[in-house]
Amino acid sequence: MSPRAERQTVAWNRRHLLGLAELSAEEILAILDTARGFSEISKRSVRKVPTLRGRVVVNLFFENSTRTRLSFSLAAQRLSADVLDFTSSGSSTSKGETLIDTARNIEAMGVDVFVVRHSAPGAADVLSRHLDAAVVNAGDGAHEHPTQALLDLYTIRERLGRLKGLHVAIVGDIAHSRVARSNLYALLKLGARVTLVGPPTLVPGRFRELGAEVSHDLDAILPDVDVVNMLRIQRERQGKNSLSFPSIEEYSRRYGLTQRRLKRAKPDLVVMHPGPLNRGVEISPEVADGKHSVILDQVSAGLAVRMAVLFLVVGANEREQQERAALLREAAQ
Amino acid sequence: MSALLIANGRVVDPGRGVEGDLDVLLVDGRVSAVGPNLAAGGEFERVIDASGKIVVPGLIDMHVHLREPGRAADETIASGSAAAVRGGFASVAVMPTTEPAVDGEAGAEFQVLQGKRAGKARVFPIGAATRDRAGQDLAELEGLVRGGAVAFSDGDRPIRSAEVLRCTMLYARMLDRTVIVHPEDPDLAKQGVMHSGVVSLSLGLPGKSSASEEVMVARDIALARLTGARLHFSQVSTRGAVALVRAAKAEGLAVTCAVTPHHLTLTDESVRSFDPNVKVEPPLRTQDDVEGLIEGILDGTVDAIASGHAPHSREKKEVEFQVAPSGVIGLETTLPITLKALVHERGLSLLRLVELLSLGPAKILGLPGGTLAPGAPGDVTILDLEEEHTITTDFRSNSQNSPFVGWDVKGRAHYTIVEGRVVYDRSEEES
Repeated sequence: MSPRAERQTVAWNRRHLLGLAELSAEEILAILDTARGFSEISKRSVRKVPTLRGRVVVNLFFENSTRTRLSFSLAAQRLSADVLDFTSSGSSTSKGETLIDTARNIEAMGVDVFVVRHSAPGAADVLSRHLDAAVVNAGDGAHEHPTQALLDLYTIRERLGRLKGLHVAIVGDIAHSRVARSNLYALLKLGARVTLVGPPTLVPGRFRELGAEVSHDLDAILPDVDVVNMLRIQRERQGKNSLSFPSIEEYSRRYGLTQRRLKRAKPDLVVMHPGPLNRGVEISPEVADGKHSVILDQVSAGLAVRMAVLFLVVGANEREQQERAALLREAAQ
Repeated sequence: MSALLIANGRVVDPGRGVEGDLDVLLVDGRVSAVGPNLAAGGEFERVIDASGKIVVPGLIDMHVHLREPGRAADETIASGSAAAVRGGFASVAVMPTTEPAVDGEAGAEFQVLQGKRAGKARVFPIGAATRDRAGQDLAELEGLVRGGAVAFSDGDRPIRSAEVLRCTMLYARMLDRTVIVHPEDPDLAKQGVMHSGVVSLSLGLPGKSSASEEVMVARDIALARLTGARLHFSQVSTRGAVALVRAAKAEGLAVTCAVTPHHLTLTDESVRSFDPNVKVEPPLRTQDDVEGLIEGILDGTVDAIASGHAPHSREKKEVEFQVAPSGVIGLETTLPITLKALVHERGLSLLRLVELLSLGPAKILGLPGGTLAPGAPGDVTILDLEEEHTITTDFRSNSQNSPFVGWDVKGRAHYTIVEGRVVYDRSEEES
């Protein structure tokens, strides 16, 4: 790996990545710089380095996810780690075993990193307090999805060369979105402006207290933004169980990103989407596949970012354990 | 004749507004005399030297969940009443949040008998307002009164239908009982697990707005006005709810409210830990709400402090915040926490705190206690105001779900006396 990335890793001392709210701007940049070093590996003919040989990464997924899990698995494999998958839908308690017990059981088999996806906010936090292994949050309810936001930042930085001073709009179901929260925290720390866009039922004005700007009118802010991140709209938020919007059609008319709407945007606008796409709902096929779209770049950035994160947390955890062992030896003498 | 003399203590009796260095004589389970130098010339089975200690009417916790029948692993009437007297409470009023619910004469009588068998605190059942606490049909309210119920409530379940509550109130008025409600609009509260505010927004946890409580407080006050019934809010948690109760009182309605120690000391900020022991109903609110509750205590709007003691065994609580059951225990921490937060830190008078913990609840429930006037029940709590200690998980309760473990506090109960009998003596405990 590049000397630059190695230099940056010194700034990283966390054995868990639970969220971006708690990270400093320097720590976020350390991950992004490390990721840039790793991105070269994907371009080689042999796409593998021995960095994490002998280490075990477990994907502990309590919520359906194919893409995030694949991305983490591939990232771990490119670093030569062994990968185990544990998938279970629904809350762990519904199966009679607690989340903590499940993780401890697997940890007893010898695990270095848990990559955790769970529907309950705080699930990764709770596990981090009960495990010796490193914990990476791969999405906890509507709380945080740090690696998704990191790959978004990485993509923007590659495309526009900077983050500071950019105006980023995040459009859609912000209230229920972990992607929006992680993006908001990280973008603000790195000096970007963030406007959250959607109907007031999905974008509470209180987000202003977290430093965001809030708009209910996509057309009004579109000419001013450098990046627009379109979130997936969940159809189940409409109707019986929720009053978030009257109909998909109406939502799409007000907040869907179409070619017609893009005419009002800056010529070098960057269009992002964390996937999976609802073509024709929040984004039209022409826009999704058009020149502004970086949707597939996001996916490849995800691999580099996740390699960087796994590399950094394992390093920090091993240093921590060595220091602890040294202290114990000292105490024993 | 059995006589117990409590000598040399400082008596604080909100019932008569008395505060002074006095002896208290209990004879045959009742207060016989309060005055200086009662020791002279008398013969007593037992004399407690209360020098340096505070002697108050037996404290009453009017809002506890003792889980019996149904959930003995969490709590029983025996374990809960042992916890009560250790915390200084001579009496507890028990919510019908049992399995099955206490919604008839037999259920209420069972709890009374179990309380007597345990032989610690007085146990007063609160009967369910509606059958099975389902909010649809009235429970057998007159039967509950025969069984010993002192009030009616569906516990932590709001009564969704205004018409059901109206009819409950009419019956309660006829039977001279108070209706106790947990004010929350179930539609507005939805799936919320914490206060709806900037903290819930940043944690991604579904929130319950202050409005979800205040809408219901306003509705229930309107029904109290309509029916003339006595209405008590088992706890209020927002500044706005306190204001609504204040206005109802000014209007002359028989509306009362309690607050809990945790709503007086913790805010939604503490949920950032994702610790299920700060998950409560109603949720912990903001610092501004805490100040609003304390203003209500100072100006008399708040009538009582009640623990809301809600035991859940460890395995039930040690799960993800979102799915963990709500509630915290409080019988053994309410006195030290309120002494710390209100008396030591905010300068509230001891007389007012004791009122909130004894006379206030007695009046709401129509119980004879809350005073040391001659003829009153011989229920006395003797406390030390200065002893510093740290709250640990060494509880008499079957459960340990307290948000206050690790807190450094000052003051606690040393003796609890019920009907002239010492049921808790701290000196018998290894410290």
